[in-house]
Formats: sequence, structure tokens, C-alpha cells
Amino acid sequence: MFDLNIDLILSQMVLGLVNGIFYAILSLGLAIIFGLLGVINFAHGVFFMLGAFAAYMLSQTLGIGYWGALVLVPVIIGALGLVVEVALIRHLYRLEHLYGLLLTLGLALFTEGLIRIVFGPQGLPYQVPPELRGAVNLGFMFLPFYRAWVVVFGVVLCLVTWYVIEWTPLGAKLRAATDNPKMVQAFGINVPVMLTLTYGAGVALAALGGVMAAPIMSVDPSMGTSIVIIVFAVVVIGGMGSIFGSIVTGLGLGLLEGLTKAVFPQASSTVIFVAMVIVLVARPRGLFGKVA
Amino acid sequence: MSTVEIASTAKGTHAVKDQNAAQFLGFTKPRAILFLIFAAVIVIAPAVLYPIFLIKIYCFIIFACAYNLLLGYTGLMSFGHAAFFGTGAYLCGYAATRFGLPFELAVLSGTVVAGAMGWVFGWIAIRRTGLYFAMITLALAQMVYFAAMQVPFTGGENGIQSIPRGSVLGIIDLTSNTALYWVMSAIVLFMVALYNRIVHSPFGQVLRAIRNNPERAMSLGYNVDRFKLASFTISAAMSGFAASLKTVTFGIATLTDVSLVVSTEVVLINLVGGIGTIFGPVVGSFIILSMEHFLSPYGPWILLIQGLVFMVFVLLFRQGIVGEIQKKLKTPL
Repeated sequence: MFDLNIDLILSQMVLGLVNGIFYAILSLGLAIIFGLLGVINFAHGVFFMLGAFAAYMLSQTLGIGYWGALVLVPVIIGALGLVVEVALIRHLYRLEHLYGLLLTLGLALFTEGLIRIVFGPQGLPYQVPPELRGAVNLGFMFLPFYRAWVVVFGVVLCLVTWYVIEWTPLGAKLRAATDNPKMVQAFGINVPVMLTLTYGAGVALAALGGVMAAPIMSVDPSMGTSIVIIVFAVVVIGGMGSIFGSIVTGLGLGLLEGLTKAVFPQASSTVIFVAMVIVLVARPRGLFGKVA
Repeated sequence: MSTVEIASTAKGTHAVKDQNAAQFLGFTKPRAILFLIFAAVIVIAPAVLYPIFLIKIYCFIIFACAYNLLLGYTGLMSFGHAAFFGTGAYLCGYAATRFGLPFELAVLSGTVVAGAMGWVFGWIAIRRTGLYFAMITLALAQMVYFAAMQVPFTGGENGIQSIPRGSVLGIIDLTSNTALYWVMSAIVLFMVALYNRIVHSPFGQVLRAIRNNPERAMSLGYNVDRFKLASFTISAAMSGFAASLKTVTFGIATLTDVSLVVSTEVVLINLVGGIGTIFGPVVGSFIILSMEHFLSPYGPWILLIQGLVFMVFVLLFRQGIVGEIQKKLKTPL
């Protein structure tokens, strides 16, 4: 049962890191949206899935490849996010938080149903871009160039998001509005527009993750729901107080999952949830959480 | 971490004050009338509808009451009740097939083990409140789902099949659909009355105090966490009970029972029926299960319409059908 093959462990951990990138990107968006809007976006996984489907559609109908999709899809799905905020989510800010969760759950079910009706339940293939085919020999494994790209690009993406939020004037306004929306409004900043744009940005980030995932995971309607539950656990473990914490937790849990896959594969699907239980018992506010 | 401040100014439900004048079986007069209507529906319905389908509705009424006790009357939003429902179903099925336990003991084992799991999960989850609580319960339920997929005990993809129905105390043979129907009818009526009783007991009063203002309940000397845990455990045990009855009726326990679908279904039933009402679970179960029954040939359309119903009710009828009616009649139902 316990097979301590060091090459296998290292290679599974590298693959785990790729998953960790997706956890980090999604939990980052979830944390930003929750911080400002007070809504847990259950539909986050669905926007991730829509990102992958949009990339697939762009290549099928317009012949736009991976690189074009990487630019266009976040814009298209992000715009859809703006519409969703204005049409639906906006009406719930005055209510208890649980209604936001129920609404986005409904939105997630609706969208997944719609995609299943249009595309069927099967996974669809999406090609790795020609520039990134092939693999590099790391000594212990052959790492496909594409996965290496996902790791590098994902880390850059996370760091840029972190930089924007922590170090730019725009980010400062965002953090101020998270702490005290009335005060920020009094300074003449249009908070409702800010909420809309924040939701759009979080959704665009999820969609970008979806494009990145399309060549690795099969593009199928349930890919969003299965990942969003793991991301919830990631968010509980990390605590949503810190942007940097979200990134570190996402990557760390990807590595943990990879390690488990190599050492004790039967537990690989449950290890993140077990980690969540341990963290909750030992440190209920999460690893990086500020308030309980 | 702070959230948007305006969020706390208005609350969606609990508009109507609850009174406690007990009249009939612990029901207030309007509720007693509804209870008798429900009993009448149970008597007439098998003439129109297939009894096994009705029993499924009754099982979900018990499940939804269990859930509403937690969400509506304790203010705890669980997204992981499939864990207790699924565990109850598996345990009851396993006890009846492998250990050959009779009906009563099989149902009892499903109930007790689901309750025990609820106690453990509750102990973990009540460390956090609000949306975190929802996310934690969801993650725990997903863990149970993955575990159920892998351990040999559950039969994996096949589930546990051909579970015998047995008999009640060796007297009433449940293999006959008619006998099963009347036994289940008696049980659902008893459970709705019991649910009403729990809600309006001194224990239930404390739960509602915790829902409305946890800090004040704490300052009055109540051990809030202990009451939350008790409510969670009762809710889990009742869910396991409902699942056990469903398992006995259909003779099968599968991965579906422990999947996210079940967790969202019970939330939807209560949202449509009315969160924090006594008869919401009854009305909601009839509507949602009928809808699913008639949509079942259309595959993914169920998902789409469920999502639509979720959104419409959250945006327009947050109090649910029974909640809206009680607002019109100005009396809690």
C-alpha cells in the first residue's frame, strides 16, 4: 500500500502543483468577491467551466486558438459576470448572507443544466497549443511543457493579482471598501460600480483558469462543481483574510494532494477534506485567517 | 475580515411572531387544520397517485423537517445533509441484508449511526459560523461521498441492493405495498407532529433565541454551542431515519443518496415550502418531488429548472409558499 518511490513522489507532486495553481486562482477570486460583496459565489466553479467551454467554442466556430482564448475568454465571461451581478446578485446585499449562497447555487445548477443540454454530458477534447507540445526531462519525470507553462503563468497571475490588491491605489480603494463601504462611498467613490467590477474581475479570473485547464482536464459540464467544493475546503483551511494566504494554501494543498496520490492513492480524493478537519480542530479561524 | 455593512440591516424571514397556544396534538388551531388537511390528503392520495411515489414524498418530508429544524429554527445553514441521509441509507441497508436485522432494528441503526456522524460533524463545524459553516458541512459531505465510493461496505457504484422490507414487529408484513403505505403514512404524521413539538418545546425556544440573537442567548446563560450541537445531532438522526425508511421502501441504497444532489434538494424543498415554518417541508416536498418526477424523462432539464426555481424563490419569494401564506393570514403556519 505504501510505496515510497521517490521519483513517483516527486512527479506526482509536480502534477499536484498544477492542480494547486487552479485551487489558488479560484480561491483568490472567491476571497476577493466574498471580501467585498459578502457573497460566497457558488457559481465560481461554473464560471471556471464556462471558461473552458468558451475556449472550446472559440476554436470550433471561429478557429481562434489557445492564445486568443486566453485573452478573449476572460473578457467575454467577465462581461457575463457583470451582467449577473447587476441582474441578480445586486438585489441580495441587504439580506442575510445565506441568500447569496442559495442564489449562486441556483445559478450554478441552471448553467450546468444548460451546458449539459447543449453539449451533452461527455467531455470534449481541447488541444494543447502547438508551441507548448512536447516535454522536458526533469530526471525523475517527463514534464509536459504545457503543465510547466500553467505553473509559471499561474504563479505570475496570482502574484500580479496580489500586487494589484496590496500595492496599487486601485487595490487600496478595494481594501478600504471591504473594511468600510459607507466611508469609501462618502469619499466620492462609486461603491456599487466597484462591487460590479469586482464580481466581474473575480469571474474573469475563474474563466481564465478554465481556459488554462481546458487542455489538461477534459472539458465537461461537471468540472466546475467538483472543483468548487475542493476550493471551499481550501478557503476554509486558508481563511479568507489574506490574499497571499489563499495563494500559498492553494499551492500547498495541490502539493499535498499530489503527495498522497503517490503514497496512498485511495486517500487522494479525501486528503484535502481531512486536512480541513485537522485545521478546524487545531486552528478554527484557518491558517491565515485574521478573525474567527 | 469584514463584510458589506448594509447586509445586516434587513432580514428576509421570520416576519410573523410565533405563538404557543397549544390546541390539538401540540398544534395551534390553524396548524391543526393544516395537519388534518394533510392527513386527509394522505388518505385520498393513493386513489390518484402511485403509493410508492407518495412514500418517497413522505420520506423527504421527514428529511426536510429535520433540515428545517436546523436552518429555520436554529439558523444553521448546512450544505452537507446528504452525508447523514446517505449514511442512514447505507447503514439501514447493510444491517438488513448482511446482519439480517428486522425492520425496526435496521431503521434504528441507520438513525443512530447518522446521528452519531452528525454529532461528530457538528462538533467540527460549529467552530465557525455563517457561510463558513455552510462550506465546512459541504466539504465534509463531499468527503463522505468520496469515501463511500471507495470502501467495499457501500458496494461502490452498485450500492446495496435487494434489501428486504421485513415486517413491523413481525405482525404487519411490509412486502405488500398497501401495508407499507399505511405504516409510512402513520410515521410521517407522527414525525410532523414531533417536529412541531420539538420546535415549540422549551428546547426549541432556546434554539430560536440562538437563531435570532446568539450573543443575547449566550449572555442569558445558555451554552449556545451545546444547543447548536444538539440541534445538529437531532437533525442528522432524523435525516438518517428518513433515509432508512426510503431504503426499506425501495430496497436499495446508492451513491446518489450521499451525493450533492440530495443536499441541494433538501435546501430547495425548504426554500420553496418556507424556511422556518412547520408545514413548509410538507408543501415543498410535494412540489419539488412531483416536479422532478414529471421532469425525470428530460434529463438535464431537471438541473436547469431546479436552478431556475432556486433563483426565482430567492429573488421574489424568499419566505416560501407557506411563509407567504402565513404573512397574508397573519398567523404562523
